[in-house]
Amino acid sequence: MNIPIYLDNNATTPMDPRVLEAMLPYFTSKFGNAASRNHPFGWVAEEGVDYAREQVAKLIGASEKEIIFTSGATESDNLAIKGVFEMYKEKGNHIITAVTEHKAVLDACKHVEKLGGRVTYLPVKEDGLVDLAVLEAAMTPETILVSIMYGNNEIGVIQPVREIADIAHKHGALFMTDATQAVGKIPVDVNRDGIDLLALSAHKMYGPKGVGALYVRRKGPRVKVTAQMDGGGHERGMRSGTLNVPGIVGLGKACEIANQEMAQEAIRLSALRDKLEQALSVLEESYVNGNVQHRLPHVANISFKYVEGEGLMMAMKDLAVSSGSACTSASLEPSYVLKSLGLSDDLAHSSIRFGLGRFTTEEEVDYAVEVTKKAVTHLRELSPLWEMFKEGIDLNSIEWAEH
Amino acid sequence: MAYSDKVIDHYTNPRNVGTLDKSSTTVGTGLVGAPECGDVMRLQIQVDENNIITDAKFKTFGCGSAIASSSLATEWLKGKSVDDAMKIDNMDIVEELALPPVKIHCSVLAEDAIKAAINDYRVKNGMEPIELEKSHH
Repeated sequence: MNIPIYLDNNATTPMDPRVLEAMLPYFTSKFGNAASRNHPFGWVAEEGVDYAREQVAKLIGASEKEIIFTSGATESDNLAIKGVFEMYKEKGNHIITAVTEHKAVLDACKHVEKLGGRVTYLPVKEDGLVDLAVLEAAMTPETILVSIMYGNNEIGVIQPVREIADIAHKHGALFMTDATQAVGKIPVDVNRDGIDLLALSAHKMYGPKGVGALYVRRKGPRVKVTAQMDGGGHERGMRSGTLNVPGIVGLGKACEIANQEMAQEAIRLSALRDKLEQALSVLEESYVNGNVQHRLPHVANISFKYVEGEGLMMAMKDLAVSSGSACTSASLEPSYVLKSLGLSDDLAHSSIRFGLGRFTTEEEVDYAVEVTKKAVTHLRELSPLWEMFKEGIDLNSIEWAEH
Repeated sequence: MAYSDKVIDHYTNPRNVGTLDKSSTTVGTGLVGAPECGDVMRLQIQVDENNIITDAKFKTFGCGSAIASSSLATEWLKGKSVDDAMKIDNMDIVEELALPPVKIHCSVLAEDAIKAAINDYRVKNGMEPIELEKSHH
C-alpha cells in the first residue's frame, strides 16, 4: 500500500498504463497533423483519430460522425451552451439548468445571460435530484435548451435524464447533459437517454488531461452549434484547431477499456463505497449526502458534524480527499452543491468527498476508514461545538459573532 | 495549500486543549466566530491576584490555521499580565506561523478571542470592558 492514498478520483484519475501505451507512438513516429491530407504522416494520424472517434462513439451509443473533439469537458460545455444559444436564439432565448451543475455549465449560462438570454436555475430536492414537476413548470415556448448533468461531481447523484429529456423534447427544446463524471462509470446511451448534446472528458476515466469530446446529435433532430473558435474549420466546422492526436488516441483507448470493464468495476466500487460508508456511519453525527439509490458507484460524500472539513483533511494527510468547504479560498464559502440540498452552512463546512477509482484497493479503503475515524475523534476533542453538543447545549441558542 | 512547519506542529500537537470553569471569577472566556462561517474559537484564561495569566485553554472548530493560531495564542498568554495580553496583535500570529494571506482571518479570530476572554474576565470582576477596534475585520 502506497501512502498517501488517492481518493479524489472525481477531481482527476491516474492514467491507465494501457492508455499511455496506446498514446506513445503518436508523440514520436506517428506525429503527423491529422489535417494533412496529402501525405502518409497525416493519414496515419488521421487513422488514429478516426479509430478513437469510433471508440468514443461506441461507449455512449453514438455514431462516430457525432463526436467533436475538444480540450475537455469545460470546453464541451461551453461549446454546447453558447453554441446552441447562438444557433437557436431566433427561435427562443430561454435555457434551463440546475443549481447543482458544474461551474463550466453555470458560468457558460451566465455568459448567455450577458448576451441577452434568459436562464432558469432549477433548485434540487433534498436528495439532490431535479424535481420533474418543477422542470415541467419552468418550460416555456421560448425554451431552446435544457442542460442537466448526468452524475454529480460532488455527491454522485444520478439525475433522471430520460425523463428530463422527454420533458425538454415535448416542449421543443434540446437536451444537453454534462456527463463528465458518468461516462465510463455507468452505462450512458445517447439514444436510450434521449440526449442531444453530451460533454465528456478523458481524465475522469483514466485517460489524459486536456482532451474531451462533445457529442452532437445528427439525426432526429439534427443539432447544430455555432463554433466558438474560428480557424481551419476542423471537426466539421464546430471546433477549429489542430487536433491533439495523442490525447484523442488516449481518450479513445480510455473509452474502449471503460466499455469492457465498467460493468464489473461498478460492482466492485459500489461494494467498496458501501463498506466505507457503513464503517464511517458508526461515528456519531455523521451523514451521507445525496440520494443513496440513484448515484455513481464510486462517490461517497459524508458530513461529520462539529468538525470542519479543511481541518479534517489536514488530519487525514495520508488521504487525498476533497472537502465541501472552500476555506482555502478567500470567500470561506461552503459548497454550493451541498447548500442546495438544504444542508446548513456548518454541515456543508463539515463534509468530505471520497472518490474511489479503478486503482483503489480494499486495503486502502480499510486504511482510509481508520484514518478518518481517528481524525474525526481527534478534532472533536478540539471542537468547542462538539463539547456543547455533548453538554446538550442548543447551538442555535447561541448568539454567534459574525465575521 | 502548503502549511508552514509551525502550523503543522501546532495542529498535530495542539498545546493547552481543554476547558476551564467558566463560572469561576478568576476565569475569562472568549467565544468568537460562527459555525456557518466554518470557524469557532473558544479561548479561556485563568488569572491570579497579581493580574498574571497562569493558565490558558482553547478549543477550536476550524481549519488547520485556526487551530494553530489558537494553540499558539494559549502559549503566548501563559505567564503574561492581562495588560500585556491585550497587546497581542493578530499580525504577530501571522508572522510566527507564516500564515498565507487567505488565512489571516484565523489570526484575527485568535486576537478577538484573546480580547473577548480578557473582557469577560474584566466584566466578571467589576471592571469596564475595553472598547475593541473592529477595523481589521
